[in-house]
Amino acid sequence: MFGDYSFSDLGAILAMQGFAGLILFSVYVLMALGLAIIFGQMGVINMAHGEFMILGAYVTWMTSNTVQHIAPWLFPGYFFIAMILAFIASGALGMLVEWALIRHLYKRPLDTLLATWGLSLILQQAYRSIFGAREVGVELPEWMMGSWQATDSIQIPINGMFVMALTILITIAVAYVLFWSSWGKQVRAVVQNRVMAGAVGINTEKVDRYTFALGCGIAGIAGSAFTMIGSTGPTAGQLYIVDTFLVVVFGGAASLFGTIASAFSISQTQSTLEFFLSGSMAKVITLLTIVAILMVRPQGLFALKVRK
Amino acid sequence: MGMAALPAISMLPRPSFADVPATSAVNTTGLAVTDSEVTVGILHSVTGTMAISETGSVEAEKLAIEQINAAGGVLGRKIKFIQEDGASDWPTFAEKAKKLLVNDKCAAVMGCWTSASRKAVLPVFEQYNGMLYYPTFYEGLEQSKNVIYTGQEATQQIIAGLDWVNKTKGAKSFYLLGSDYIWPRTSNKIARKHIENHLQGCKVVGEEYFPLGSTQFNSVINKIKLTKPDVIYAIIVGGSNVAFYKQLKAAGIDLSKQTLLTISVTEDEIDGIGGENIAGAYACMKYFQSLDNANNKAFVPAFKKMWGEKTVIGDVTQAAYLGPWLWKLTVEKAQSFDIDKVAAASPGVEFKGAPEGYVRIHENHHLWSKTRVGRAKADGQYELIYETADLVEPDPFPKGYQ
Repeated sequence: MFGDYSFSDLGAILAMQGFAGLILFSVYVLMALGLAIIFGQMGVINMAHGEFMILGAYVTWMTSNTVQHIAPWLFPGYFFIAMILAFIASGALGMLVEWALIRHLYKRPLDTLLATWGLSLILQQAYRSIFGAREVGVELPEWMMGSWQATDSIQIPINGMFVMALTILITIAVAYVLFWSSWGKQVRAVVQNRVMAGAVGINTEKVDRYTFALGCGIAGIAGSAFTMIGSTGPTAGQLYIVDTFLVVVFGGAASLFGTIASAFSISQTQSTLEFFLSGSMAKVITLLTIVAILMVRPQGLFALKVRK
Repeated sequence: MGMAALPAISMLPRPSFADVPATSAVNTTGLAVTDSEVTVGILHSVTGTMAISETGSVEAEKLAIEQINAAGGVLGRKIKFIQEDGASDWPTFAEKAKKLLVNDKCAAVMGCWTSASRKAVLPVFEQYNGMLYYPTFYEGLEQSKNVIYTGQEATQQIIAGLDWVNKTKGAKSFYLLGSDYIWPRTSNKIARKHIENHLQGCKVVGEEYFPLGSTQFNSVINKIKLTKPDVIYAIIVGGSNVAFYKQLKAAGIDLSKQTLLTISVTEDEIDGIGGENIAGAYACMKYFQSLDNANNKAFVPAFKKMWGEKTVIGDVTQAAYLGPWLWKLTVEKAQSFDIDKVAAASPGVEFKGAPEGYVRIHENHHLWSKTRVGRAKADGQYELIYETADLVEPDPFPKGYQ
């Protein structure tokens, strides 16, 4: 297939393909970060993760509409406001859900699977009733569309770079919060030994609630960012949930670094294979590889050593 | 009409309409037909993934039923509808179809959207002898006494569009894309046969499928850049569409320079994609909301009046609107609600009030219809570029294309 092309053509494609892989990597990390906190740190199997993301997307859509009506001059920068609002909305909903539902289920992690799955159905129907069954189109400011012309033949999508920058920023923030702040130490203490953490005076309930809210809030930001690349509809969250769990489980639950490493390996495999094979075959081979690796290493790529 | 008025009407002395034929004469098989009413079913998904697409069909069918009732009903009987929710789940469709036919004795059912749901209900309709009006453009390879297909089958939608793009754009190389399930695969197969066997010097330079719901297209977009096809032929459905067109635009592929022909994006989908992301693309189907004819000029405002100023009307929505009307016309031609008589009377029934212009039912229970090419505009509407001079014959089992 490379017969008719010059070296510079091939070089350009290689560079763009490299970026395609990196963009996919950022998307995976962004999707998985919230879940890595909730599933990885708290052990809650949150099947409604996709719906928290879509809440962020709907908040972005509403912000876009409101800004266009009330303050059109603000439109070029509305996306940043929308992301903050998405974080707050999803985080608040997360806090509510933790209080009403999740906290009763910490001792029964498998039941969280059913409970949150039910929650995801409820949320989907709620979106459908509130926003309508049809998909909504989120209008983006002009500067976010289009591509950056690096050379004559290399074009890098601007929204892809935006997602990459956002991912780096949020990853650093999450890493800081979890590993260097005193609150992060409390979270990790609760994860490692809930009873003991309680005994030394950590308010485990409060830690749980805020951790869950943080995870949901990050899902909201991810959903907001994904309005640039995907669709916004009542059931769009379902598109992300499988990939998200895949990344977190493959990376080794409870390990933030594992999540990043697994997102990197999955995205690179996927986008390279997609280039040489077709989209469906690429997915099949990626999944088969992951299954094979998980059979050998059930704990995922990186496992946290915890004394059970 | 106030609800309180209804019982009063039914209490009127019976022979108020001289030309209303007796129920015993028009209904010999025990369907839900009374002297004043006839019951039909509406069977679509209003919950679940497919609700996005099927909502428009439900709205169109309700509008048609309301208009028919306002015009005096069918054989002097008002249409009453029972709506069931297929919930985007194929076994549920089959179960609800059975309920509509066996319990409710519906004289006809307007319903289904995906091929999977149609395949699930088909044995039910054949076993219990019901009549289904199916609105979606689909892959063909099916024909049943119990189904009227009001959308186009694959060859109607594909061949005219390929001929057009070959002739007017001088297109020689095609890149075929699709979501990975039966309709895009069958359609692309027909497209490939036509390109390779019937168009002079044309070739397919790539063919690819993506899992339903896939949202990453950067790799294939790079491949498209590498192979530089004259035409991108896209049959991507659902949420993937949004991702595909946004990424295409972000990757710097300008649809005013790169020809893209799709058969899967109606005005409904553009709502989610955003007009500015797809402007310049060509779509090949039988109906666009912007069609300039008297029928459509009455239909669009009526639809908007009933369902809101912001609703858009896509190809399938229009085809769904045809269902109740075609059924009414067929029943009146047959002078009977009996399924067998309706099925037998169907071929040749013509509907001159169709928003798409004019349609006629073929012997094979599909519709003769024109095929049209439209170009997407930034406001989310299509501008009509081309239409076939004559009605295109439906050919669900095309020879040489399988």
